[in-house]
Amino acid sequence: MRKSLGLAALAALLLCGTASAQQINVKIGVLTDMSSLYADDTGPGSVIAAKLAAEDFMKSHPNVKVEVVSADHQNKADAGTNIVNQWIDRDGVDMVADVPNSGVALAISEVIRAKNKVFVASGPASSDLTGPKCSPNTVHWTYDTWMLANGTGKAIVKSGGDTWFFLTSDYAFGHALERDTAAVVEKSGGKVLGKVRHPINTNDFSSFLLQAQSSKAKVIGLANAGGDTINAIKQGAEFGIVAGGQKFAGLLIFAPDVAALGLKTAQGLTFTETWYWDLNDGTRAWTKRWDKERNSAGKLPSMNMAGVYSGTLHYLKAVAAVGSSKDGAKVVEEMKKLPAEDSIYGKSTVRVDGRVLHPAYLFEVKKPEESKYPGDLYNIKATIPPEEAFRPLKDGNCPLVKG
Amino acid sequence: MVEIFGIPSGALFGQLLIGLINGSFYALLSLGLAVIFGMLNIINFAHGAQYMLGAVMAFLLLQWTGIGYWWALIVAPLIVGAIGIVIERAFLQWLYKLDHLYGLLLTFGLALIVEGISRNFLGSAGLPYALPDSLRGGQNLGFMFLPNYRAWVIVASLTVCFATWFVIERTRLGAYLRAATENPTLVRAFGINVPVMITLTYGFGVALAAFAGVMAAPIYNVSPQMGSELIIVVFAVVVIGGMGSILGAIITGFSLGVVEGLTKVFFPEASNTVIFVIMAIVLLVRPAGLFGRRT
Repeated sequence: MRKSLGLAALAALLLCGTASAQQINVKIGVLTDMSSLYADDTGPGSVIAAKLAAEDFMKSHPNVKVEVVSADHQNKADAGTNIVNQWIDRDGVDMVADVPNSGVALAISEVIRAKNKVFVASGPASSDLTGPKCSPNTVHWTYDTWMLANGTGKAIVKSGGDTWFFLTSDYAFGHALERDTAAVVEKSGGKVLGKVRHPINTNDFSSFLLQAQSSKAKVIGLANAGGDTINAIKQGAEFGIVAGGQKFAGLLIFAPDVAALGLKTAQGLTFTETWYWDLNDGTRAWTKRWDKERNSAGKLPSMNMAGVYSGTLHYLKAVAAVGSSKDGAKVVEEMKKLPAEDSIYGKSTVRVDGRVLHPAYLFEVKKPEESKYPGDLYNIKATIPPEEAFRPLKDGNCPLVKG
Repeated sequence: MVEIFGIPSGALFGQLLIGLINGSFYALLSLGLAVIFGMLNIINFAHGAQYMLGAVMAFLLLQWTGIGYWWALIVAPLIVGAIGIVIERAFLQWLYKLDHLYGLLLTFGLALIVEGISRNFLGSAGLPYALPDSLRGGQNLGFMFLPNYRAWVIVASLTVCFATWFVIERTRLGAYLRAATENPTLVRAFGINVPVMITLTYGFGVALAAFAGVMAAPIYNVSPQMGSELIIVVFAVVVIGGMGSILGAIITGFSLGVVEGLTKVFFPEASNTVIFVIMAIVLLVRPAGLFGRRT
């Protein structure tokens, strides 16, 4: 009797499942830096971006219920893996987004792969995420070190900056950025004269700047990010680096960093990004919405935050197409099949190695007198088409790519 | 150029000078900590937050009232010092008789609250604070380019450190203070208002931190975590110098700045751990610190 009752219940359940539009529950975890050197480039702004994506998607797909949670990884790989383990095992998180800090990202990518969930990596930079460490569960949005090196490095060598000295953040991200940029510099006919590696989150760069100065290199490549880049550039101005004829190449600079530096110090910096709030009507409208939620005067969204929005939206589309969020690899496969399009990133495609392709832009920071309104920071110097902006598929050594 | 251990001597001198500049900050901050610990027996973990408040105050003074760097150098420490006095009256005065741990936990909690609030309002990337015009530019010393502002940091820090040491160790006021920490009841019997003196001492220690904060504002970005990054190192400096030793704090502050500077030349990767290695060694060999007295 009990058995048949159970069977009946099961049958009823199955019927319900197929008859009505299936209710899909998705839980998204934004793992980010809430309090340290990357918090203004990602952090709370990224959480808002994920929530906006969830909101937009639920409007058009009432049968999908999206919940967004967030946590601070404190830039520690062990803290990050602990959170992701708990999220997946206990809280039922299906997808992890953002994750600035390549060290943390590479660590959790393995966890997510083992547990067959999805990692939409919009925050980390290391190109290894779609290279030797690529995973069928990872999609790399926004940017990577190869693209930064290729865009900025090439442009600077072309304009005469052919000898380089690197100031490198001493962890996975800095190493990858330095490696990829050095390769581009040498390939374009430039020379690398030396490098110095500084601990992440360094307050005082004077000592490293002095070494860069005495190297006599024309270009000082900053293979670091966030607070580190800000401090290096600011203190470089003080030590007369630019006045002495050397030039900074900020290899990874976000709009919030430029705002923090001020145009007077930052003017003339050239770098590559894939997104800027003032690109078109779509990005401006989105920024307005973001700003309302962020509710903090003078803050600007970064390309990472836009990447969280865009990546989350595309992930949700794939979940809806598959009909469930439980099999991560299957969802990622669908993400690779579906064309991605949204109001802020335009059209993108997801390649087999997990790399997302979209155009990149070479920006130059405006002079203070060129800036017309608050947040008016960049001039676009060049648009790099997607297939040129990112590393060719065959050069990545990703095991997912056959032949 | 002559080379020393494979490093051109010019580069070495440059690094020594930079070490001295960083040492100026270590000395100023550890001095405040040493004064507070020496006189109040409180391990002031909020010191980093108070340093940050000094910088933030300088920034706000400029934004809201147009008060520039030089006045901020005086006004910001006064304001933050006053906040310190309120903290001492409201919380710390109840803790003097208890174990050190209570003071440490309380001030640590206060630091977290202050930092959290600032982060909420200011964000993490930090706010720019321009160099004062009169200290722009720099001198070419041949082996390095010394920004005028950094030279000023060394001079100002040395002056303040020396003045503090002088007041506490060589004047009548200082003698009262030291006596009051040894035996408050007796000093009270001589008609000296000990609680007020203690309160003012805490206010002074906090003002020193804020002073260092204003000095740091044009060099580093004014950011909520600028204090917590520094405070751990400064505590190591105080431990190496000997808890509560004023002279010890000043001398170790400057010399550890130099040691750290040299590490950045020879083995940059170790530059943020070298101070702690020294601390561990000092604790093993001389548990009371280099200049501390055994109690």
